Amino acid sequence: MQSSPDPELKSPVYSPVTWTGFWLGMRLTLPLLPGIMVFGAAFGAGAAHKGLSLFEAMLSSGLVFAGAAQLVSLALWQDHWTLGSTLAITLVVFAVNARMILMGAALHHWFKTAAPMWRWFSLYLFTDANWILGVRYHQDGGRDYGMFVGSGVLLWMTWLLVTVPGYLLGSLVPDPKTWGIDLVMPIIFAVMLIPLWKGKQTALPWLVAAIVSIVVMQMVEGYAFIVVGALAGAIAGALMPEAQPDV
Amino acid sequence: MSDVPMSDVLLEQLGTSWGALLALVCMAAVTYLCRFGGVWLMDHLPPSPRLRRALGALPGSIIISTVVPLGVMGGPASLIALVVAMIVMFKLRRDVLALVAGMVTVALLRQMGL
Repeated sequence: MQSSPDPELKSPVYSPVTWTGFWLGMRLTLPLLPGIMVFGAAFGAGAAHKGLSLFEAMLSSGLVFAGAAQLVSLALWQDHWTLGSTLAITLVVFAVNARMILMGAALHHWFKTAAPMWRWFSLYLFTDANWILGVRYHQDGGRDYGMFVGSGVLLWMTWLLVTVPGYLLGSLVPDPKTWGIDLVMPIIFAVMLIPLWKGKQTALPWLVAAIVSIVVMQMVEGYAFIVVGALAGAIAGALMPEAQPDV
Repeated sequence: MSDVPMSDVLLEQLGTSWGALLALVCMAAVTYLCRFGGVWLMDHLPPSPRLRRALGALPGSIIISTVVPLGVMGGPASLIALVVAMIVMFKLRRDVLALVAGMVTVALLRQMGL
């Protein structure tokens, strides 16, 4: 990335990465942890039920580190792997995680200010929770990249750790749906939508995204509705006339 | 001693196989590709006012596209919980409080069988 044509990287002034930011990231993540722990435990239980070894379940949580994709992948897990079944599970994981391509683009203005080492390391820890916390933090003027790293580290450690009791307790783990734990991320997303509202210039992209995502959800099975709806909203934003200066 | 390689013995001890490991590595690789793909793409697209507006509209559009279909199709409990959380956030601007309000709402409604 050193040869990047981005003029901002020629004389790099990187975002700071401090312990203060690191701890702040962890603290901002705490309210989400109970829900994430139940979710991670549910994955562990599902993995045990499906016949994965504890080692495989932990590898999935530690390496893939993407809840929805890990849960979906269990349905495609095999006792004997072929080229076809390996390809199939890879494609499904891609389909579930494709939304992250857009999320990364949406936070690029912050990612690009991170020193390369921090950037590639933190992207490995990049998930819905620290993305939305990062969007909020950056919008409020926060620039300490340690916040994103700290949040990611706490999420990763938690996610990996709760896989173990989930795996061992198996059917004792409550179904996340009974208590609405499956709604943790959607609810925090919805909450963070409020400060993103910027008046009229936001209205049209959001309306387009809402309509397109609902239509696609009705027509196409799977997770395509998120990516297609979000892209439609972004295109609507691009086609709108320039608003008043606003960063 | 049999002529089974040590590595295979180790994998068996861990309860896994080369096939499963390869599948996990592919899953992880494709996920990392998604994680950095969008960031990489934006490094290489020439900046323009239009692109900046698209990126500006993107966070909200991603959230809308995740949440609205769920609210519409996910049953009354999720819709009510999402609306409650957003109202609390709108009125009080306290995100943790709004999250708690939404979670309590959906927990109660699910327990009531909604």
